[in-house]
Amino acid sequence: MAAAVAAQKAGVKDILLLERDQYLGGILNQCIHTGFGLHHFKKDLTGPEYADRFIKQIEAIRDIEVSLKSFVVRLTKDKILTYLKPGKLEEIKAKALIMATGCRERTREMTHISGTRPAGIYPAGLAQKMINIEGLLPGKEVVIIGSGDIGLIMARRFTLEGAKVKAVIEIQEKTRGLIRNVVQCLEDFSIPLYFRHRIAKIYGKDRVEKVLVENTVNGETFELPCDTVLISVGLIPENELIEMACVEIDKKTNAPVSKEVNKCSIEGIFVCGNSYKVYDLVDNVTRDSVKAGQMAAEYLKGLK
Amino acid sequence: MIKKITCIECPVGCQLEVETDQSGHVIKVTGNKCEKGPVYAKQETENPMRILTSIVLTEGLDLKMVPVKTNKPIPKAKLMEAMAAVKKLKLTKQVKVDETIASDFLGLGVDLIATRPASFNSH
Ligand SMILES: Cc1cc2nc3c(=O)[nH]c(=O)nc-3n(C[C@H](O)[C@H](O)[C@H](O)COP(=O)(O)OP(=O)(O)OC[C@H]3O[C@@H](n4cnc5c(N)ncnc54)[C@H](O)[C@@H]3O)c2cc1C
Ligand code: SF4
Repeated sequence: MAAAVAAQKAGVKDILLLERDQYLGGILNQCIHTGFGLHHFKKDLTGPEYADRFIKQIEAIRDIEVSLKSFVVRLTKDKILTYLKPGKLEEIKAKALIMATGCRERTREMTHISGTRPAGIYPAGLAQKMINIEGLLPGKEVVIIGSGDIGLIMARRFTLEGAKVKAVIEIQEKTRGLIRNVVQCLEDFSIPLYFRHRIAKIYGKDRVEKVLVENTVNGETFELPCDTVLISVGLIPENELIEMACVEIDKKTNAPVSKEVNKCSIEGIFVCGNSYKVYDLVDNVTRDSVKAGQMAAEYLKGLK
Repeated sequence: MIKKITCIECPVGCQLEVETDQSGHVIKVTGNKCEKGPVYAKQETENPMRILTSIVLTEGLDLKMVPVKTNKPIPKAKLMEAMAAVKKLKLTKQVKVDETIASDFLGLGVDLIATRPASFNSH
């Protein structure tokens, strides 16, 4: 949304904004806690409030056409996009393209935890969506792996919803999250945080029953009974579409190989937000995405 | 009594030692690198306050759950009680961002307000 608004302000007249969901805003919609916008809006907003401010801007600009429930499934290097809308398949050629497809969560498969494959293991962001958007509580007794902000925020969220968070397990010696979140999401509710510990094993036949926690320094172990394990061990940029268009992708980070912010190996395709690199703060996503909009406008002027 | 708390006013995160008297009033704070530390320690020790963010169930609207927050911080000790009250609410009419869902929530002098419109085409 920030890129679209910036491109329009820089003189682009014909902008199409495609979104697969039924509403705009992306991941912000499920981040109902505060902590957004302190830089960009100089106000402590929740995720949905931050999104709403942009939605209002978008809706006030006639040069921007919004197409919801539009799932882009194919992209070529000539910037031809194919997208699915309910009941139809559309194709469109863009002169310039801004990709802001966000990121996805690393999964258990990427973190090498042994044990059975029972139900009750969730990526933390998915659990966030289930609770905050669908109104479903995934479990009652929870162990969280990873003490980044998403893990911390979810510890509080589960607690407020009436679940018992047994522990947050962090393999490093300190948290990657904000101190404010450690205090207000864990200490407020006396949730223990174990540094230099890892989950050695997950037990359970149909549903998670317990986990084995191991101290990575001395190898000592203990068990924690639980019915749910949340995995919050990082995010990776979502870039399958530009990969399809033969944009060069860094295999390690899944981000486009890039010499300058928002750029990739194809001229006229710009990548911004979490699909360019994983950002901690939405304010910085906005700042760089504004640049992406301006860069696309510059590029279009150069074509004429 | 002496208690250790972490100052969260800036990313430095000073470890503060907070000394209180019998009635829980702060008499001495050490470990702070600036003057914000003692102010935070006093507030956090004598009367910790938090903004509550949560969701409210709806009926007949596009969104099943509407995100909400208290428009001002409430006492930390009231968080769980406030959650119990939030769970009893049901929203049946369209709301805009900032619109009040429950005024003078739990008699705490704060309003529970919506942080997202409850229907998709609302602006
Ligand atoms: C779980 C989680 C919690 C976070 N918490 C915080 C926080 O507390 N504070 C903070 O400042 N930041 C937080 N962040 C960071 C947050 O990601 C960024 O701040 C920002 O919202 C990301 O914006 P984005 O536009 O890059 O990605 P997204 O918001 O993910 O947007 C990507 C959009 O692209 C759409 N899309 C993807 N592929 C397609 C396709 N093929 N066709 C059509 N549409 C498509 C998606 O539906 C989505 O709407 C969090 C991130 C995550 C993942
Ligand atoms: S005391 Fe001052 S420097 Fe230390 S964490 Fe608090 S605000 Fe920051």
